[in-house]
Amino acid sequence: MERRHGGWAITVSVVVALILTTLPIPDWAALWRPSWVALVVVYWCMAVPERFGLVLGWLLGLILDVQSGTLLGQHALGMCVMAFITLAIHQRVRVLPLWQQGVSVFGLVFIYNTLTLWVNGVQGKPVEAVAYWSVPFMSMVLWPWIYIILRDVRRRFRVY
Amino acid sequence: MLFSIVSLVLMTADHRTHYLDVVRGQLLMVIYPLQLAVDLPIKAASWVAESISFRKTLVRENEGLRRDRLLLSARLAKFADLEAENNRLRGLLDSSVKIADRVLIAEVLAVDLDPFSRRLVINKGTGDGVVVGQSLIDSNGIMGQVVSAGPVSSNALLITDPSHALPVQLNRNGLRTVAVGTGSLSLLSLSHIPNNSDVRIGDLVVTSGLGGRFPSGYPVGRVVSIERDRSQAFAQVMIKPSAHLERNREVLLVWSSSEAEVVQSAMPNRGAPKW
Repeated sequence: MERRHGGWAITVSVVVALILTTLPIPDWAALWRPSWVALVVVYWCMAVPERFGLVLGWLLGLILDVQSGTLLGQHALGMCVMAFITLAIHQRVRVLPLWQQGVSVFGLVFIYNTLTLWVNGVQGKPVEAVAYWSVPFMSMVLWPWIYIILRDVRRRFRVY
Repeated sequence: MLFSIVSLVLMTADHRTHYLDVVRGQLLMVIYPLQLAVDLPIKAASWVAESISFRKTLVRENEGLRRDRLLLSARLAKFADLEAENNRLRGLLDSSVKIADRVLIAEVLAVDLDPFSRRLVINKGTGDGVVVGQSLIDSNGIMGQVVSAGPVSSNALLITDPSHALPVQLNRNGLRTVAVGTGSLSLLSLSHIPNNSDVRIGDLVVTSGLGGRFPSGYPVGRVVSIERDRSQAFAQVMIKPSAHLERNREVLLVWSSSEAEVVQSAMPNRGAPKW
């Protein structure tokens, strides 16, 4: 059991991300809310890929679906595809400088976000075009801070 | 790969059938503490504001409320008389008697959901007798309907959501139509109104009760714009909802008469005030 350490730190970060996702913000800002849960999933997939992967990503996506009242599986699909790609490239990305990591995160969140929005489109819900770009953009901008905060959390509570 | 397929199957099942409603209800229960955590600071702020407000303001507010209450109860007494008369006349005409609707006050949690649909979370669930499809009103009019109900909380779809349609009629002449959400907060559009129909700006639109989902006779909104284009088959009529859709803290859940009977026979000892 020595390898499993600090699981509750992961749990807390995920819960905080879920809370940030539903925090009420003004209407004009709603489209610019970064995808907090996706950022946290990407971070933990890169940091502890042997512990955090497809299954947890998918389950989190499902929780996100219930929380935001979308179709069950809508966020889960995007989330598990994103986690899969992150796991595939994590060794290349985590050695990059922060801003280049941010660009990779843009790509990852873009894939997740686009898959989610496509499902909206298939259902016939109107989707504003700016949402394809605003969410990944904000996630990219915030990535360095998320990374530093979560890295400190990881070192402090020795999650490995 | 497997998970993608599972997600696709889940989405299809959720979209086309109702098998997953129970699962969703249970999962809503898991989410509820999180939503409460988000709601807590806002509730705390309003509580603090309330407890440090001046005595003078409270007294003034109290006086105002007392006055309103007197006015309303006087009006209600008159309505009771009118209702009795209405029932008697309906009885003479052999038409069905409208049964009083049962209502319950619910509180809206301050949480944001999917930005592409207009939804609310309320703090009443199946434990309080809430059922999917039940309508939600405030003191000014219809707000929406419950789309998924968990044990202690439920999600409601507002009438302004683009996927929502509501059977309505004009109060003035009884013209029946459907009010469709536009996704904007303050506009609904009336569909399939012929160019030559009798609609005027300022007309009150009320629910017609057709379809059996919404109780009839509740105000929906007022007509704010009419565009009659000869080249189009139908006129473009927009109405402004009379309910304060995104400013309410408290809303009323209504059981329309047929549902109310079912619920009351199922839970005889949990009577909410009957109006």
